[in-house]
Amino acid sequence: MTTGAAKVSRRGLLGGGIGVGAVAGVAGAFVAGRGTADEDAAAAVVSSYAFRGERQAGIVTPAQDRLHFVALDVTTEDRDELIGLLQQWTEAAERMTQGGSAGPVGPVRGATDVPPDDTGEAIGLPASRLTITFGFGPTLFRTTDGKDRFGIADQRPEALEPLPHFRGDIDDPARSGGDICIQACADDPQVAVHAIRNLVRMGFGVTAVRWSQLGFGRTSTTSTSQSTPRNLFGFKDGTANVKAEEAQALAEHVWVGKDDDQASGWLTGGSYLVTRRINMTIEVWDRQPLGDQEQFVGRTKDAGAPLSGGDEFTDPDFELPGRSGPIIPTDAHVRIVHPDQNDGARMLRRGYNFVDGSDDIGGLNAGLFFIAYVRDPRTHFIPVQRQMASSDALMEYLKFTGSALFAVPPGVAAGEYVGQGLFG
Amino acid sequence: MRKTLLASLATLAVVPALAACTENASPDSESGDARTLAVASTKDACDVSAKTAPAGTISFDVSNTGSDVTEFYLLAEDGLRIVGEVENIGPSLTKTLTVTVPEGEYVTACKPGMVGEGIRADFKVTSSDEKVTVSADEAELIEQATNNYRAYVQDQTSQLLVKTKEFVELYKAGDSDDEARALYPVAREHWERIETVAESFGDLDPKMDAREADVDFAAGEKWTGWHAIEKDLWPARAEKYAAWTPEERATYADDLLANTVELDKRVQATGTGALEYPLDAIANGSRGLLEEVATGKVTGEEEFWSRTDLWDFQANVDGARIAFEGVQPVLETKNAELAEQLTTRFTELNELLDGHRKGDGFVYYDELTKDDVDQLAAAVNTLSEPLSHLTAAVVS
Ligand SMILES: [Cu+2]
Repeated sequence: MTTGAAKVSRRGLLGGGIGVGAVAGVAGAFVAGRGTADEDAAAAVVSSYAFRGERQAGIVTPAQDRLHFVALDVTTEDRDELIGLLQQWTEAAERMTQGGSAGPVGPVRGATDVPPDDTGEAIGLPASRLTITFGFGPTLFRTTDGKDRFGIADQRPEALEPLPHFRGDIDDPARSGGDICIQACADDPQVAVHAIRNLVRMGFGVTAVRWSQLGFGRTSTTSTSQSTPRNLFGFKDGTANVKAEEAQALAEHVWVGKDDDQASGWLTGGSYLVTRRINMTIEVWDRQPLGDQEQFVGRTKDAGAPLSGGDEFTDPDFELPGRSGPIIPTDAHVRIVHPDQNDGARMLRRGYNFVDGSDDIGGLNAGLFFIAYVRDPRTHFIPVQRQMASSDALMEYLKFTGSALFAVPPGVAAGEYVGQGLFG
Repeated sequence: MRKTLLASLATLAVVPALAACTENASPDSESGDARTLAVASTKDACDVSAKTAPAGTISFDVSNTGSDVTEFYLLAEDGLRIVGEVENIGPSLTKTLTVTVPEGEYVTACKPGMVGEGIRADFKVTSSDEKVTVSADEAELIEQATNNYRAYVQDQTSQLLVKTKEFVELYKAGDSDDEARALYPVAREHWERIETVAESFGDLDPKMDAREADVDFAAGEKWTGWHAIEKDLWPARAEKYAAWTPEERATYADDLLANTVELDKRVQATGTGALEYPLDAIANGSRGLLEEVATGKVTGEEEFWSRTDLWDFQANVDGARIAFEGVQPVLETKNAELAEQLTTRFTELNELLDGHRKGDGFVYYDELTKDDVDQLAAAVNTLSEPLSHLTAAVVS
């Protein structure tokens, strides 16, 4: 990790113009050290990711540490207004991901008698590897009462249906669904919040916030260059995640193929984004004996090795007999969600821990904001979640309090706006 | 909790006597402490880093360097009585056995492949300043605890059966809903007192006690049992609820009764089908019941339609206290301080609950103020924290 190299400041970058190659994953940008404790060596040499490219950034991009996620309802019925906003968002996202300001003028250079086009809390902060990722929810195509507001109902992918109710879900409509989502990930929470705040601001009159979520401490790994982080139960999470380096697996499990859905060719090269807000009953979990915790998860707490032995990346042996039944219990989390038990289905997860203060009886209102990118939710997510809801020992300590599904269009080419394939 | 009892029943059915608490080695346990020993278990060796240790609490960090699943035992001099054991150690993993042992002769054993005699060696515990006493009639105390708890569970399911019959009649009759509503929380008390045992029957529990949110309707699951009937009796919080026809009522009611009969049958079984109540299962059950309170009752989620959560709350606490009191004589010989602390905190929680009594029962959950709920939640946490150490303490 380098320190003290050229600092990239927002002020210095106004107007953008930093040329970057747009490749999925670790896009080449300029080298600038951030004097932080970031342990991810490969990630540390990159300080910004290109917004434009074949895929949207923020999917296979090495997971940053902070998240601000927002789901919006579209309040207009005017197609052109919506397209106008998408264009505006595209430009703003491009500027902000390069460390620039939200609007073209910036926080402090504009006329004194109008509000600045950037709110200013990110002045002086580097790009912080910000990525901004957009997705479209089922209700954008047809409202719950059946209305095709923007003439795109016939382009709705078949798989883009609201997720079903799963056992243990506490349906909270105020934390679920949405017409459009924006995921902003960065190393600095202020940068992620700044991005969402400004995009939301631009949307007033066209969109309104339905719900949002802040996250910290990524709970999965999207690149082999990263170490596996821990969730709030203290266990390593996402060991078996699809990684950026696995081109074959990404094509098979994450990216929508060109023949996947006839009616929605616009989504080719995109993905589906599942979000689930999972509250953990932290205080109760903390009273579980260590041995039980390990049995519920199916892995050791220290190294994250499967109970059948080896190290973190050793394949679990689900057959290996233990003293009473298999050594990895039949309801252990690692078994229930393992691809071998789910027709080989894998996901690319990039969830975050969250703590939204305390709940009304003094417990931590905390858990995991689960985010997964999949090629088809019907085969890659729903069956796995159903398995988990019915047989996973961890369910005893989880409450699902929010749920949403979005179709994430492919990347934005030069001169295009996000979602142009759908609206153009 | 659903898991606790089942798991313990299965484990302890095979290894009798006292299981010690086991835990994973901390990565930096090389403290040079005479009471911290390293054990390397391979296919054909069981190397213990020392042949002797001073009396007191001794830890064996057992590393499995072989390719089979292994186990480690500390046995009494006779090579029969198990003083402590740690099982299910996968290849390349390390687990720690922590036991408190008095001066004397012992035998260590690794069991690669989990079968046979194991690889044994003599082990000596020398005298030390630490006083370690083991009560001579401990075995008797344990047997007593087991028998008492079994009798308690059997008594509760038989009462549950009687009240469920009565409830089902009232409900089916259709003209006595007020009486059915009054009996509902009272009958359920017998379920809630032994909830951890009832839940260990994975086939019956979802049919009898599932809440609406627990059901995966999209997968074609049906919602049956107490809470489905509860909604039909208290539809006030439901949107556009269509009341059941007399035929539907009969179907759900008969189903509940049939499942209750089955539950009672299994609990009363003797001989080979009899349930076992090893000490740690009883202690875990106590903790599990308090967890039920913390996750469902204190939050008002359990009785969403009837708001009779406090009846369940009290019943869970009763069940937890009975289980605790069952193992209390054993606990007193091992950790009198914990026993006293738990007694006090059970009393405090009960006093708090007493403040919400009304007539023969309790106020409805909606009648509690935010402050009341906060106080109850805090008292549950206060009790649950020491309770989470009960199992380890009684089996140590
Ligand atoms: Cu997981």
